[in-house]
Amino acid sequence: MTLQTKTAPVPALPPDSRRVIPGTAHFRPGLSAQGWATLILLALLVLLPIVSTMLGQDYLITQFRRIMIFALAALSLNLILGYGGMACFGQAAFFGLGAYAVAFLNVGASQPASGMVAAFFADPVVSWITAAIAAALVACIIAAVSLRTKGVSFIMITLAFAQMLYFVFIGLKSAGGDDGLRFSAQTSTLLGIGLDNSTTFYYVTLGILLLALWLTWRLVRARFGIVLQGIRDNERRMRALGFETLHYKFAAFVLAAALAGLAGGLYATHESFINPAIMHWSRSGELIVMVVLGGMGTVAGPILGAIVYLTLEKFLPDITEHWAVWFGPVLVLCVLYARKGLMGSLPSHRPGAPATENRHA
Amino acid sequence: MGVVFEQLLNALQLGLSLFIIAAGLTLVFGIMGMLNLAHGSLYMLGAYFCAALWAYTDHFALSVVGAIAGTALVGAAMEWLILRRLYERDHLDQVLATFGLILFFNELVRMIWGAGALYIDIPELLIGSVDLPGGGSFNAYRLVLILAGFLLAAALWWLVVRTRLGMKIRAVASQRAVMPAMGINTSTLSAVVFALGAALAAVAGALTAPLYSVQSGMGDALLIQSMLVLVIGGIGSVRGAFLAALLVGVVDTIGRLLPGTIGAPNSIGDVSVYLLMIAVLSFRPDGLFTRN
Repeated sequence: MTLQTKTAPVPALPPDSRRVIPGTAHFRPGLSAQGWATLILLALLVLLPIVSTMLGQDYLITQFRRIMIFALAALSLNLILGYGGMACFGQAAFFGLGAYAVAFLNVGASQPASGMVAAFFADPVVSWITAAIAAALVACIIAAVSLRTKGVSFIMITLAFAQMLYFVFIGLKSAGGDDGLRFSAQTSTLLGIGLDNSTTFYYVTLGILLLALWLTWRLVRARFGIVLQGIRDNERRMRALGFETLHYKFAAFVLAAALAGLAGGLYATHESFINPAIMHWSRSGELIVMVVLGGMGTVAGPILGAIVYLTLEKFLPDITEHWAVWFGPVLVLCVLYARKGLMGSLPSHRPGAPATENRHA
Repeated sequence: MGVVFEQLLNALQLGLSLFIIAAGLTLVFGIMGMLNLAHGSLYMLGAYFCAALWAYTDHFALSVVGAIAGTALVGAAMEWLILRRLYERDHLDQVLATFGLILFFNELVRMIWGAGALYIDIPELLIGSVDLPGGGSFNAYRLVLILAGFLLAAALWWLVVRTRLGMKIRAVASQRAVMPAMGINTSTLSAVVFALGAALAAVAGALTAPLYSVQSGMGDALLIQSMLVLVIGGIGSVRGAFLAALLVGVVDTIGRLLPGTIGAPNSIGDVSVYLLMIAVLSFRPDGLFTRN
């Protein structure tokens, strides 16, 4: 008889652990209030171009394309802020990196001497993927330093890194410095879809947003997402259970940065103009506001938050020039009294099913 | 030789200004566990109050005193109305609420004083420069700022280490829950400390107002720099903030000076302090001057 001296392998969550989520045992067909709200929201986004064309308000299509791009960035932040408990105050930096990547590729392709390769990389789809990769690579470095710290230090360090990148791009003469870059974004994609049509570009953006939403939805129910939420709620316990928590946080941080970079890439194609202001620290703050306004740790909350915040930002100045004087205190009141956000205030469980525990409830 | 001395004084002046701002931030964080982003707004208010009073009274010292008193009042009101509800909350909530306050204050000063920048003249007595040993000269007003910075640092040390109030502050910072049992009213103490932090921010704002243009959002960049000081020095430690502020002042000055001399791009100047932070955190995640 041989004595087993090896320690028993750490019991990991079963691969199909999502099947044992509380609530599913009492499965009833139907959607939770949050689910219904999400569906209605998405249906409205799908119908928006048709309705606005019918009403002759074509500018709404461009307006909401921009909103959806920021919604994508907010979605990426929610992944680490809402599910990972990492209060990153520098998400705008990744957004900006993606935007600059696309801008550089477009500028490179427009040079007279540029060849086939440059034209290939300026293709919208290729340039967006490059944007995501560029942001992810920088995020690897930032995460390696930042994730050593916790709590308030983490907030400050991510802010400091973002601010550093902001100054780097202000100092970059080839990026136009303070004035930024204006370029003509290539609009014909490899797949044969022309983005010069405003409505087509709208649906491409919506498609990417839906894809990211679906990814988030799957991810938070997968083993990875459950571990991530475990880390958010009690990192020490997760480590004691044998999870290499740093690896999970690192992966989530880089993934979120890639998504933010993708959003930035879309933004550059959408605007055909970028400047360092999109990386300013207040932009990172605004992304946090969107996430919290919509509902941190809810799958579709950030989209709702982005729509509400950017619509207010667009229309309040028409009412009063000094809208920030009103918005600031409203934000304070939201933090004090409406912590769960718009989506989070709706029940997240189906009627009749037992409620699952919600940290932010 | 004179140039080196002059730049050293520049670094000292920057470092001490940063310390005065960071000291308020770190006191509030150390005692209430509160990250107050609106600390930069208090600095800005100090500068605006000083500029407004100066335009009205034409007396610099009076304006500085008035600005400090006014800002301390605003700080105490802010603590009483809003921030004390956030002490027990997540840091993220504190960041969000104080971010809202920044939006409010930045727009408020634009409403009251307009979008353009205000300027204050350096008081007549301090115009001119002082000759330095070894050649070169230094702005007299900046020299006074350095002296004021050292005096404030000494006063703060005396307050925290040698007075009864300082004893309570240190006690609350290390054992908050025990203090009410000892008969100390922690909520009054919090308000006092917050007003003290606001007053420190106002001192920095009012005294540096003649050097910079007074405008909306002027505190934001300084807030981030003083947060760097906190992270480098170790959050919650006044001594750490002092040493880190001087270090940041020196590194920032070298970063601005060196690229021009050796022909490197100027943007290194803005980035040097951040590189310092990354270097420090890679080796000591809790900051340089923490005991552990």
